[in-house]
Parts: sequence; C-alpha cells; structure tokens
Amino acid sequence: MSNQEHIAIIGNGIAGVTLARHIRKNSNKRISLISDESPYFFSRTALMYVYMGHMKWEHLMPYENSFWKKNRIDLVQNRVVAIHSEENKLIFQDQQEFIYDQLVIATGSIPNKLGWPGENLNGVQGLYSKQDLERLEEFATDAETCKSAVIVGGGLIGVELAEMLHTRNIPVTFLVREPYFWNNVLPKHSAELITKHIQKHGIDLRLSVHLEAIKTDGAGKAKSVIIKETQEEISCDFVGLTAGVKPNIEFLKASEITTNKGVVVDEYFRTNIKNIYAIGDCAERNYSLGNRPPIEAVWYTGRIMGETLAQTLCGNPKKYNPGNWFNSAKFFDIEYQTYGWVFPTPKEGNAHFYWKHETEEKAIEIEYNRATQEFVGINSFGIRLRHEFFDQCLKAGKTISFVIEYLKQANFDPEFFDSYEQEIKNQWKNENRKLTH
Amino acid sequence: MATENISFTGRSSEELSNQQKIFLFLGFLGLFISLIASFNFIENQLVFWLSASLILICFGVIGYTREMYKNTLPGIKNNHVYFKSLTSRGVWAYALGIFLTGFYVVLYFYPSYLGLSESGKNTGLVALFDPLSQLFSGNPASQWFVYGVFYTLAILLFGVKFIWKYRHNKYQRLRTFSVMFFQLGFAFLIPEFMARLNSDSFALPYYDLKNIWPLNYYNFEQYRVDEFISAGNIGIGLLLFGVLSILIVTPILTYKYGKRWYCSWVCGCGGLAETAGDKFRHLSDKSTQAWKIERWMVHLVTVFVVVMTMAVVSTYLGYDADKYWLTKPIFLIGSTFLLVLVYAWVLIYKRNAFKKDALYAGGGFLLAIIVLVSLNLLGWTHHLFFIEAEPLRASYGFLIGSIFSGVVGTGFYPILGNRVWCRFGCPMAAILGFQQRLFSKFRITTNGGQCISCGNCSVYCEMGIDVRAYAQKGENIVRSSCVGCGICASVCPRGVLKLENDNHKNRLNENEILLGNELNLHDYTK
Repeated sequence: MSNQEHIAIIGNGIAGVTLARHIRKNSNKRISLISDESPYFFSRTALMYVYMGHMKWEHLMPYENSFWKKNRIDLVQNRVVAIHSEENKLIFQDQQEFIYDQLVIATGSIPNKLGWPGENLNGVQGLYSKQDLERLEEFATDAETCKSAVIVGGGLIGVELAEMLHTRNIPVTFLVREPYFWNNVLPKHSAELITKHIQKHGIDLRLSVHLEAIKTDGAGKAKSVIIKETQEEISCDFVGLTAGVKPNIEFLKASEITTNKGVVVDEYFRTNIKNIYAIGDCAERNYSLGNRPPIEAVWYTGRIMGETLAQTLCGNPKKYNPGNWFNSAKFFDIEYQTYGWVFPTPKEGNAHFYWKHETEEKAIEIEYNRATQEFVGINSFGIRLRHEFFDQCLKAGKTISFVIEYLKQANFDPEFFDSYEQEIKNQWKNENRKLTH
Repeated sequence: MATENISFTGRSSEELSNQQKIFLFLGFLGLFISLIASFNFIENQLVFWLSASLILICFGVIGYTREMYKNTLPGIKNNHVYFKSLTSRGVWAYALGIFLTGFYVVLYFYPSYLGLSESGKNTGLVALFDPLSQLFSGNPASQWFVYGVFYTLAILLFGVKFIWKYRHNKYQRLRTFSVMFFQLGFAFLIPEFMARLNSDSFALPYYDLKNIWPLNYYNFEQYRVDEFISAGNIGIGLLLFGVLSILIVTPILTYKYGKRWYCSWVCGCGGLAETAGDKFRHLSDKSTQAWKIERWMVHLVTVFVVVMTMAVVSTYLGYDADKYWLTKPIFLIGSTFLLVLVYAWVLIYKRNAFKKDALYAGGGFLLAIIVLVSLNLLGWTHHLFFIEAEPLRASYGFLIGSIFSGVVGTGFYPILGNRVWCRFGCPMAAILGFQQRLFSKFRITTNGGQCISCGNCSVYCEMGIDVRAYAQKGENIVRSSCVGCGICASVCPRGVLKLENDNHKNRLNENEILLGNELNLHDYTK
C-alpha cells in the first residue's frame, strides 16, 4: 500500500468523486479525497429538494458511507489553504501538511458576485454549497422570517431558487437582465414559453432589469434592493445571487499554478506543473473545443472529465473528448433537454424550426443548416427525448428531415402519453413547402 | 449538528384552508359514526347511519382532495413531505400506525369486538353493515365484509386523490383506474354476487378471481376444492383457472409486461399500497442491508408456502383418496418434478443471473423437498414434513396471512412504507419477480448520460430499490422486486427513466463510460 502512488483530489464533487471511483476501478493507487464542505459526496443538483422537503439531507448522498472504506478511498475533511508544488505538499487550514504524488484540483465553483454594493450582507447569497443551503434555511425559513425575497440573475439556479422559496410561501421578485428568462441561452420563442410558465407560478418576474445595489438594514442584513433602470426599491429579507458561477480557485493565487478565470489546463487536464491536474467547473481549457466554452460548469462535463483523467492517471493517457453536447434542466414543471447545439439566434447559415403545442407547455426547437439541412441540435420542453437517438444522429450527420421523420423513436415519455410526432411532422412539411415555393 | 435538522424548521407546511377544515371534519365525522357503532351506540335506523357514515367519509376525502389540488398546477409536488409529521415518522405517523395495527389485530383475532356473532344477530360495527351486505349477497355482514367495504373505499377514494395528484401523467392515471376497477369489481362486487347464486344445492367458495395462489394461499385447501368440485362445471372451471393462473397466465403476462401487470395494475394489496399508501412510499429502506434481508425473507416465505401447500394437499389426497381424481403420489411427484424443472432451467441457462448463496439456498431447499417427498412416498415417514399439515397451514395463516400481510404489512405503512408486505413477504411477488428478473421484456431504461444523481427516484421507490445507483451509471434497472409503479420515472426531474417492454437482448447494459463521453477505452496508446 505504501509503495502505491498517492493521488490527492481536492474537492469531492461529481468530478473529483468520478475520478476517484474510476482510478479505483483501474488501479490500486492510494486515493485521498479532500473536502471541507461535507465529509461525504452529495448531489449538488439536489440541494433544492432538501429545502422543499422532497428529501432529507442523507438522501443526497449517492453512496452509502461504507462505500468509501470498501473502495479504499480515504476521505479527508479539511480545507486546503496553500499548495507547495515544489515539495508536493498541501497545507490545510489547521496548518497540517499533506504530501501527494499526483494532485488533482476539482474545487468547483462559487457564485458570482459582480461588485454590487451590499453583496456581502447577511441574507445575501448564492445557492451552490451545503453551507449555502444552511444559510438559506436560516434567512429564508418561512414567510414569517422572510416576508419577501429577491433573486438576481435569470439562470438555472435562479429559477430553482424561485421554486424553492415559492414552496415556503415566500413572495419572490426575480430580476433578469434579458428580455426573456434565459434568453442568453434559449431562443426567443422558448424563452418566452418558460417566462410565462414562471409567471404562472406567481413569481414576480422583472425582465430587462439590472440590480444597482442591495441596501442594509443598518445591522448588517439586507433590507431591500434598488433596480437600476427604474430606481425602484424593493424591500426584501433575502437576496439570492444567481448570476452564474466562477471557478473556486482563490486559494491557488499564491501558488505556482497558472490560473486565468480558472485553472488553466491542456487536453489532458494538465496544469503548468507536471503532477498537478484540474477538472470540473474550476478548470479552464487553454484550447478551443467546438462550441464548448473554455469553462464548462455543468454536472455532466464534470463527470466526463473525471472519467477521462482517471484513464490518464492510470497510465492510459486520454485527451478530453466529450462528444456531443447535451444538458437538461427543469423550470418549475417544465422539463428541458438539449442535444447538440441550439443557439439563441441561429449560427450563420443555420435556421430554427420551432413547434409548440397549441394549448400545453410542450415545445421543441431544432437548429439545422439551411444549405445542407444537417441537424445541429434540439431543445425540448415538456417532452422527454432519447439521448442515444440524438447522439447517433449527430455523429452520423443526419438531416433535420431524418430527425423529424424518426422522432417517434426518440420519444422517451412514459407509456400511454400523447405523442406529437405527427403534428410536428406536418408543421415541418408545411413550412418546408412554403420555403421551396 | 446543523445538517441533521436541516429543513425541519419550516413552519408553513400544514396550513389548511377553511374548506379543508370543513371536509376534514365531515370525513372524520363519518369515521366517528362507524367508530361509535362499534360500541353499540347505534342500534336502530342502521341504513341511515351506515349511509351517513359512508357518504360523509367519501365527501370528506374527495372534498379535501379537491381543495388540496384545485389551485395547484399539474406536476410533481412532493413539497414538505419530510416536514409533515404524518409522512416523516412523526407523532401522527405513529398514532396512525398504532390505530391501524390495533384494527388489524381486532379484525383477525377478536372479530367479536367488532360485533360479529357466529350464531345470533350481529351487533356493533358488523351489524351496522348488515343492510349493505344483505343488499349485495343476501347474507348478514361478517367482519370481512366490513373490512372489504373499508378496503375498497380506501382504494377508490385515495385512488381519486392519486389520480388528481398525477393528473399530468397518463400512465399513473390508467394504472390507478385499473387497481380501482379490479378492487371494486373482482375483489368486492363479483364475489358478493357469486355468493348470491349460492343455494342449498350449489355453492361456490368466496373467490376473488384475480387473487392467485400463493398470494391466495388457501385456494387449494380441502374445503375449497370440495366446494369447487361440487359446483359442477363452473366450479371445476374455477379450480382449473386457479391452477392455470399461476402456471400459465403469470409467466406469459410477466414475460410481456413485467410483474407490474399484477403488482401495480391488478393486485389488491398493491392497489391499497399505491393509493392509500402512496403518502408513505418514500419511507421504504433503501440500504443494502435491507436488500439482503429482503432477498432471504421473501424467498423463505415462498418456500414456506410451497411446503405448506404440498403438505396440505397431499394430506387430504392421502386420506380421502377415493374422492379425487388426482392421487397423492402423482401430485407429489408432479409438483416436485416441476420444482426440479425450474431449478434445472436456472442452472443451465440463467446461473449467471444469481449470486452463489441464492443457488445454494435454492438447491438446498429443493434437495430437502426431494428427499422428504421420496421418504414419504416410500412410506418411511408418516408426515411429509415430519409434522402434520394442519399446524403448518395454521401457522402460515397466522404468521404470514394475518400478522405479516395485515398487521405489519398495512398497519406499519406510516413507519416502514407502503410495500413492506409486497417487498419482504409476498410469495406471489417473489415468483413474479423471479420471472421478471429472468425472462421478461420489461426494464426501466436509463436515458444515456442524463442522470444527475439527485436521488428522487430512490427516495420515492416504494420497493426500496436504489434506482439512482443504476441510473447514475447509465445502467437499465432490472430488478425482481420492481413493481413497475413508474413513480421513479415520474419524479425524475431530467427525463432519465422510462418503463419499457422491449427486446430482451439489450435489457442489461453495463458500460464503464456513460453516453456523452467519446473516451475509447479499447484504443490504448502504445
């Protein structure tokens, strides 16, 4: 055991844990999984369900506590404050030193704070960590302790937070910069669909507005926010900051490791230092990869990076090669899945095909190449689609007509559900006819 | 520790509207009428009081449900499930558990407390139900009739609630409609009407046609078989139907649809669990430890019921040999041969699907049965299993039929979850599960790499399956215990799970790397 190479992983999120599991699958190396946030891996994406009462904290942990010992993954609950890379040494917050052979940084993200006055007051926070959930529980316990709340930033965490607060009957004002919710990612039609859905749930959604400042009650706690455009003051006991996240790498600033917004890595997740790697939300690629942003703060990419780096560390060097993009989310009651790329406005030479159910909140939006008809990507709302089907279509360069023709095979809704393939097909044929005439 | 109590400080969870309070009052008033009837306070105008009680209960539950859902948008809303006392093993959960357990104890063992009179006129609660029983079967009520009415009412009323809760989900609506239909028609009305046909010259045993042996463990006891035979062609037909149900019907339907066709679409125990028990589905234990206990327990009960039935049938075939066409040796050799056949098939074709302990245990029991049957047929032992059949039958009826399936199975809903019986005790579920695991087209498909490990599927699995453990690895879920209720797929926020009947070939899929990563493990760089 002592002869085995010692791999230390900072961060026990999905990237770090996937890495640890796959190293164990492929080797006998000594593995240390270091985290201050929580002793055991938990599903960050499910924090909301604890606050809403769907689950208890213990349900968030995908592995039984005995799993780690059984798989000889040492859990170290501590916080790394410095890395002395020349000595292969970590310094913990209690000044303990920790020696590694290979180091992987997988520290994830922290919520963005964009320099707003009052952003560090009590009752102002994002929703990312276990500690965020605990603070939320304190400042937004119920409608009595929190008469109203404001959420700033219209992304996926923002809408989750709105849903959460809503379940505790706390009135929510939701400030979004874009003209429609998530319009920086979704095309207008579907962004509008989601916008309406959020409003239907009684959320006071303010579009095209910016936060100017958060005002204090004089005792260090937030009492209201000011909207830049209107100078309106909205009183509130809680402010959710959900304007995206950024890499959690503050503790690396004094180290020899090259950072930009995130830890800069190459195709093998190598940093500038030989035996130090970075994966997950905190890694920033130094090369471009299709349409993917250099920092991908998504559950799935964290997992894929973990799977890939494990191979490299086990002597089978592999480049990051995540294949076709996919993602998913849920906006209150509307499920969203995406495969390939659908941009808010079609990329040059591309067009969008949008179908929406007459009365229900179900829609699909396909991006395709106008000239070649090649299928580029699909967004789906309220209809479940099969990952495998679209992965194959994208790999094979299928056309939009093919995808629409075989959409039934792609349907992943439960049995007996109404299906809409024929309607979609008809609309596509109609629009196509108009185009060709 | 802060995290232990996290989210237990919410105070907004049990606010009732005034309308809800009124419906709550009316519903409990109805229940109260039945309750005071138990203490013999109601002796006259039974029709009025019975109608009042039942109508108020219906009115209360339906009205309350309507109030609960009318202002909500369709979708999964398990809000506050873990904050409420009733659904998170709080005071109300234990109170309800104790009440239900007590009710079952009285029902099974002290029916006279309910007012049942074997000879004279019923009193109390049973008497209250006499008019209704007279209406259906023409006989006075028994404690089982009272129980049947409440049971059916529970499935119907909470079925309505379930349909409302899942009104956006057609699979759930149809499935619930199905259990409501089978309970009302097959379990309740048809047997009552069949009883009406009985006369001095013609009598059929009380038979819920969808209640298949071994769930219906008493189906082949002598008194029933005698009744079947004496009822002529219809009776013989029903007896034959009972045998074919388990031997022919279940494998075919389970092959096509998985065991869900029975457990969550037809079965009465399942019906109650899915409707009245829905509130408690998340309480099932998901630990590996629980799974280990489950494997042993449910299969031991199955061995018990097989042994018990063999003993009972062979006993009466033995001492009343001239009454039956089937002889004891043929029955014993035939049933042992069937067991050997099944085991041999497993060894030859499916041995990899089993853990060693399962193969050894199965083989061990089979060997014991073969030896004991041989010894008995050779006349070396007097009793097939060393003791008389009657104590075996009686102890099965007491331990499994009454205590496990009733007192614990339903009484403990609010503590152990709504499928304790189905999961740990039901031999029917074990047999269907065996079929499902080995030769069914049914599986829960995992949608590529879309799982985010949130755990909703595992939490809301009433059978205690850790669904997430499979989904997060991109693996399909093929488990013998899965009753196919489809709730995991319903609560999944990312559209990851789908119940499907499809080609048997790709049912089990194991990949080290999930879909969405083009990592090619076989392409080793030299």
